Amino acid sequence: MRNLNFGYGISSPRAINLDNNDLRKSNDIIREMPELQACIGCGSCTASCTAGNITSFNFRKLHTSVRRGEYQGAYEELSKCMLCGKCRLVCPRGINTRGLVMLIKRKLGDF
Amino acid sequence: MAKRVVIVGGGAAGMQTALELKARGIEPVIVERDIELGGKARGWHKLFPSFTPASDVMRPIADRIKAERVRCFYGQEVTAIAPDGVMLRSGERIPSDAVVVATGFTLFDAHRKQEYGYGLYDNVITSVDLERMMNSGKVLLTDGTEPRRIAILHCVGSRDEKVCQKHCSKVCCITGVKQAIELKEIFPTADVFNFYMDIRMFGPGYEELYREAQQRYNVHFVRGRISEAAETINKRIQIKAEDTLTGRPLKMTVDMLVLLVGMSANYENETLAATAGLSLAPNGYYRAQDSFLGAVRSEREGIFFAGAATAPKSLADTLAEASLTASAVDEYLRAKFNEK
Repeated sequence: MRNLNFGYGISSPRAINLDNNDLRKSNDIIREMPELQACIGCGSCTASCTAGNITSFNFRKLHTSVRRGEYQGAYEELSKCMLCGKCRLVCPRGINTRGLVMLIKRKLGDF
Repeated sequence: MAKRVVIVGGGAAGMQTALELKARGIEPVIVERDIELGGKARGWHKLFPSFTPASDVMRPIADRIKAERVRCFYGQEVTAIAPDGVMLRSGERIPSDAVVVATGFTLFDAHRKQEYGYGLYDNVITSVDLERMMNSGKVLLTDGTEPRRIAILHCVGSRDEKVCQKHCSKVCCITGVKQAIELKEIFPTADVFNFYMDIRMFGPGYEELYREAQQRYNVHFVRGRISEAAETINKRIQIKAEDTLTGRPLKMTVDMLVLLVGMSANYENETLAATAGLSLAPNGYYRAQDSFLGAVRSEREGIFFAGAATAPKSLADTLAEASLTASAVDEYLRAKFNEK
């Protein structure tokens, strides 16, 4: 019964639900790196990103999602980052973006 | 005999212009529609970006108005303006040698954005309501409890063609940042979310304050306009927006929703401008001669502007403009009476 395929399914809602999301890890990340909240979403990190230019990796979107408690797939996605650090050179808000990659990996990977 | 200038409006612009004229030996006469002076700044709690109590700025001005014995008409509405005087609703005419229009602005009525539920839901308030609450020292939900999650929505009645307010009200962004910080100071464990379309931090110290709100106070900024608010069964407010930086819809429930209401042009501008032979800008504010050297002059000789009558302005801008207006009036009167 469970394996029956009718050729359609029910899509799960795409909305970010801040009532249900567990924000503990996100709060931890912000506590360790408060300047992350100063991000103005300019996209400089994504624009300069070596990985982003050859894959679908979007660092701005990724860390914004993590801040909203959307962790799914973030850890795996971050393995595309080669830690070149160009994003850190261009960030107009002075965020240690490379450090942020490691911080998110540490918090989400539980190591 | 001293030359006399009628000032229409006794808010910050009108009061400060009166003092500046007086200092130049010109006799100002203020005509105020309300029963007291002070305008919109009255009852305001603290001013951005320095958190100076509004009364620290407004009280000395009011005291000087009294000390200088500036003549004021209270509860009087001006129905017609000409360079040689104004007509009051009572039928009385006040003759003068020049007129300053310092009629300011009208607060956007948040009821008009029905989708946010102002006046319908208990804990949806405007930035002005919040300011009054802070001034009274009591910021609470209607059931007397403290809010734990607060959303502040920018641009209510600004940059919105749906309510015929195409212009930017200029001061709401920084007010939203200021109020977010104040809320975090009152409720350090509460979460404050600012929903914005653009953040416009044009003034000195504004950008720094924005950054402080983000970094030091951990205020969350979400780029996206709230599309609707609905009250839950336990009187909380459910809001929906797009988190445009992740490209996904976002929903959440908050205890309090603060609407940052914009500055609209006065409804009466149209009729008053017609009596004076002035024209209005497309946003309904008075049109100044130009944006540079003639910013406080009207298209008609002998009629001048001060403050937010010509565009949304901060209190600081308004007070600074008052001296420009006074000096333009002074220059005009000297030329008119052939003085040096």
